[in-house]
Amino acid sequence: MMMALLRRLGQTAFVLFGISVLVFLVFFATPGADPTARIAGRNASPQTLEKVRAEYGLDRPLPVQYATMMKKLFITQDLASYADRGELVVPEIARAAPVTVSLVCGAAVIWVALSIAMGTIAAAMKGTWVDRGLMILGLIGISMPVFWLGQVANLITQSRYHDTWLFSWVPGLGYVPLTENPWGWFKALVIPWCVLAVMFIGIYSRVLRADLVALSGEDFMRTARAKGLSPSRILLRHGLRTSLITFVSLFGLDFAQLVGGGALLTEVVFGLPGVGRLTYQALTNLDLPLIMATVMYSAVFVVLANAVVDILYLFLDPRVRDAR
Amino acid sequence: MPAEAPPAPAAPLLVVRDLCVRVPSRGRMIPLVDRVSFTLGEQDILGLVGESGSGKSVTAMALMGLIDSPGVQITGSALFRGQELVGLPQKQLRRLRGREIAMIFQDPMTAFTPVYTIGWQIDEQIRAHERLSRKQARNRTVDLLAAMGVPDPAQTANRYPHQLSGGLRQRAMIAMALSCNPALLIADEPTTALDVTVQAQILELIRSLRSTYGSSVLLITHDMGVVAETCDTTLVLYSGRVAETGPTDALFAHPGHPYTAALLASIPPLEGPRPERLPAIAGAPPAPLERPEGCAFAPRCSYVHAPCLHAPPPPLVPTGRYASAPRRAEADTQAVPLPAPDNTPRPGNLSHGSPAVQARSEPASLRAAQFAACVLPAEGTPLPPRLKDTAPGPGTPDAIGHAPPPRPPSPSSTIGEPHL
Repeated sequence: MMMALLRRLGQTAFVLFGISVLVFLVFFATPGADPTARIAGRNASPQTLEKVRAEYGLDRPLPVQYATMMKKLFITQDLASYADRGELVVPEIARAAPVTVSLVCGAAVIWVALSIAMGTIAAAMKGTWVDRGLMILGLIGISMPVFWLGQVANLITQSRYHDTWLFSWVPGLGYVPLTENPWGWFKALVIPWCVLAVMFIGIYSRVLRADLVALSGEDFMRTARAKGLSPSRILLRHGLRTSLITFVSLFGLDFAQLVGGGALLTEVVFGLPGVGRLTYQALTNLDLPLIMATVMYSAVFVVLANAVVDILYLFLDPRVRDAR
Repeated sequence: MPAEAPPAPAAPLLVVRDLCVRVPSRGRMIPLVDRVSFTLGEQDILGLVGESGSGKSVTAMALMGLIDSPGVQITGSALFRGQELVGLPQKQLRRLRGREIAMIFQDPMTAFTPVYTIGWQIDEQIRAHERLSRKQARNRTVDLLAAMGVPDPAQTANRYPHQLSGGLRQRAMIAMALSCNPALLIADEPTTALDVTVQAQILELIRSLRSTYGSSVLLITHDMGVVAETCDTTLVLYSGRVAETGPTDALFAHPGHPYTAALLASIPPLEGPRPERLPAIAGAPPAPLERPEGCAFAPRCSYVHAPCLHAPPPPLVPTGRYASAPRRAEADTQAVPLPAPDNTPRPGNLSHGSPAVQARSEPASLRAAQFAACVLPAEGTPLPPRLKDTAPGPGTPDAIGHAPPPRPPSPSSTIGEPHL
């Protein structure tokens, strides 16, 4: 077990190293992507360019540049933004992360609960209008772009119907930290949660239904029926429990990429200062250190989430437990 | 062998009459199982033999009420201890399943839910039917596993299906099936996925169930050797219809239906010179859609002649001592005072009533046609009456052409004489 964990850790470190090298090369070493010119601004004189180059260490060989950047990012943590001088990147991300985590966790709770309910009910009532209705709902959820849905939600709750009793409680756009005001935190996030969850509810419920329906043809499901178990027990204890293995792996990936900044659109639409929005700003300014930092942060989450999924597998699937 | 049906100790456990399973396909109803009838007595082992697709498993699934594809039509009757299974609401079926009728499946590799331990799954079945605490259920599970010859049962109960070998899994499967002491055990090819030595052990176990647990067994298999070794009565299915039925030893000694004879002929002999090529049945069984009007085997049968092609097809071609032309049977059947529907298949009795009796009790020309169906065209005479099982009628081997004299049918080579 210890060995497996260490190996996992080694893999994680290796993957992170690979990603960092890749991102570094993309932004710093691609021909024509001279960061000096970006930092110095348009039409800068050669002297200014030279000065900037020396100041940021961009005249040194690439490996040194890479090492310096990584040292500043991970060890001294004093990597400063190019666009916004003096603004340290790491604390900036540390401030943004709780916002994103709040947003994504809330949405995840909603989408997991609803999609399991929808998928299971649809599978149990396969072929009926309930099944078809739920699956069409899911499809509608998938088809609605999150930024559009967010804007519509804003339109309805912030301006058009804000003064009615139904939406008068909705606070203005923005984020309220949980530690400051839990109720305010909840009110500020509940609409973004729902908007972000809609697409995932659609995907997950459809995947789960398909999985359950496929499983119902399995031998062990037939055994369970031959045992004289009740249909709900067969569906939940045997079908759903086995489907969870697929569900969890899917969830792990989606959750990780959202926490890593994938909720960018939702954050921008709802004015939540999360990692996604930070990335968005960094990209519009071509703020290389910030991009570097957010991408690394995102990669860390994806890799970590994969590790967590693998560990969850150990609990969910005894076959995996023995394989390692 | 007494020809008289001994008054059965009780009503037979399971009486299946004219069971049909039809599935819709392109606007038509295709019969997968076509008027199958049989009777299973208490503590009997009935073998259901047939090729893949002959409707063996479908019959079993229909009895268990496990067929739930949309549009499937199940007609006929299956009386289990006087209770009609066909059309029984799922809720009541559920109470029977696992408790009164249990099933063992073909592939023990996939028949357990992979994410739970074997013990958990057996406990689950016990607790589904009986009010027992977790601990009591587990105790019974461990006892059962031990009785099935599982080494270290307490430990094994805590293992996951994938951690056990095929043979152990099948033993666990049987333990699970027996956990509520069912009256009827349906074993759907229980040994197909196992290797030969394990097969023999599992068959031995199944045979012993009737004495230790008093269970009747409906054994579904495509292996004539398994049948010969295990079953009291045999029912040969072909293309969803019953080709032949009778006490196992009689059926093996003197197959009445050319299909049975051909099946037996295709088993390699244990003694004598090795045949250059084993006789095979030319062609393939008809798809349910293309099943002929008359005898389903007719297109592949070397003895096919006009009566075989008549519609409707004969529902049964019985074997045994009286499988002969009605005229000839007169002399043999005084001792069979059975009304046609009472067809307790026990050794010594005919499984589906004797043709003679049926011909007598319902003097339909259909019956005559049916018995005429399996005669040699060359000689124009019916198959010889089986007066005594031990003494084959003169010319029996010749009469059924390539069918060899009775020989130990043993494809899996673990079997000697068909024993009963």
